[in-house]
Parts: sequence; C-alpha cells; structure tokens
Amino acid sequence: MHKKAYFWLLFFGSWFMGFSARAQDATGRKPVEMADGLRANGKIYVVIAVVVTILLGLFAYVIRLDRKISRLEKSVK
Amino acid sequence: MLRQYWWKIICVVALVYTCIEGFLGSVPALPIINETIRNLYFHVAMWFGMMILFIVSVIYSIKYLRTNNHVFDIYALEYAKGGIVFGCLGLLTGSIWAGFTWGAFWSNDPKQLGAVIALLIYFAYLVLRNSMTDMDKRARIGAVYNIFAFAMLFPTIWIIPRMVESLHPGGMGNPALDTNDIDKRMRIVFWPGAVPGWTLLGVWITTLRIRLQLVAEKKHTSEPSKKKFSHA
Repeated sequence: MHKKAYFWLLFFGSWFMGFSARAQDATGRKPVEMADGLRANGKIYVVIAVVVTILLGLFAYVIRLDRKISRLEKSVK
Repeated sequence: MLRQYWWKIICVVALVYTCIEGFLGSVPALPIINETIRNLYFHVAMWFGMMILFIVSVIYSIKYLRTNNHVFDIYALEYAKGGIVFGCLGLLTGSIWAGFTWGAFWSNDPKQLGAVIALLIYFAYLVLRNSMTDMDKRARIGAVYNIFAFAMLFPTIWIIPRMVESLHPGGMGNPALDTNDIDKRMRIVFWPGAVPGWTLLGVWITTLRIRLQLVAEKKHTSEPSKKKFSHA
C-alpha cells in the first residue's frame, strides 16, 4: 500500500515537472509553429475518439479470436 | 504466459493510454518536426516491439537446438513472423514520417538501408524454411539461420547507421533517444505506454498463432490418416 502511494506520487510528480518545463520553454526560445490552435478548438478530441474506437474495435476482434482458439483447444483435447 | 490473460489487460490499458495521452499531452516545440514528434509513440515503438520479438525468437531457436523439441521451433518461427510484421510497419511509418520532415519518402539513408537489409535477412529465414520438406531438417537449419539473422541485426540496425552521417536521430554516435529530442513529458507516455503496449500486442497475436499451430499439430498426430498439415 505504501509502495503504491509512492508510485503515484512519482507518477504525478513527473507530470507536474513536465508542466514547469513547458513554462520555461515559453519564455526562452523563438516560438515554433505547433498545432495548438487545433487543440484549443477541441477538434483533437475527434481524432482521439476515432483512434480509440479503431483500437477498441481491433481489441474486440483479437479477444474474439483468442476465445475461439481457446474453444478449439478444448475440443481437440 | 501462453494462456494467461493478465498481461493482455496491461496491453489494452497501455495502448489506450498511449493513444489518448499521446495526442493530448504536451510535446517539445521543435522546428520542422512540429507535431510529428508524436510519431515517437507509434513509429519508434514498432522497432522496440520488433527487437523484443526477435530476441524471444532467437531464444526459442537456441532452446530448440539444445532440446530438439519441435514445439520450440514453432515458437521461434511465429515470434520471428511477428517481429517481421512490426519491422515492416516501422519501415513504412518511418518512410511516411520522412516524407514530411526529410523531404523524401525514401532517401537511401543509412538507417533506412540498414533496416531494409535486416528485414530482407529475416525474409530469407522464411524462404529458407519453406524450401525444405523434411520437418527436422527445416527446424534445425531454420534455428541455425535464425541465430545468424539475429546476429546480423547488430551491424545493420545498431552499429553501421551510428557510424555514418544520417538524417535519422541516432547518427554519428548519439543515442536515438536523445534528451534534446524527447523530454519527461514524452517519456511518461513512451516508456510505460507505447513500448509495453505495442510489444504486448505483438506477443498477443503471436501467441494466438502459436496456439493455432499447436492445435493443428495435435490434430495431425491424432489423425495420421488425414491430409498432412503444412507448417509454412
């Protein structure tokens, strides 16, 4: 239990460190054109929805295949 | 491992995390590369997956040579096939990425050529196996060749591309995962998400193929009068 809490602390801690690193970037170098506008409009969520849908569909397919092979293994034994 | 499911859950969670945080998370702002740096979670993970599957394959080839157990030969073959699929996807995705950042889909870069040579050597593994009809001979020569193919991965994708100038990160002695290119924000998606996720997906599909081959084997030995099953 203690170990688990330590893990999450480390996990989120490194996330926050990432945020502070980004803040430093903003003040220093010349800005580079990124697709920030797209994300600000919220459209990136559409892409994520599409990708995750495809991913879940593929997983469903592989899981069905897994079950079918398990059944086949039982029938052969 | 073959019929357990706990690692399949890890695979699903890791890949869903990669595909959400991989697009949402913030990345370093670099010129030319821009948002394509997110390809790290997909393109680079393919090569990690390929390398791990090839390592497992060569371990089973050695195991086969030590024990002469035909099952290990099936494992070695299927893991090599899984690795080849990942390698081809890595090459294709790398070519797409290069098309929009290096200016050409194919520029005969040492890294590209090395990867193609490594994959051709593995294609030859499949061709060599299918050129023999005797099962024991096929398995033994296949296992020996698989060790050679694995050894050839080191000069072709690990050493030579690092010794010569290359457009690809990792040229001229720098590690491919340079700290200037990726930082903490990306590592937290790449290491716990992309690498284990894609690798485990490859292992999952490979184990399904192994199980199918083992079932076919069992059917073949229990019904000797039926048509011989090909292991190609």
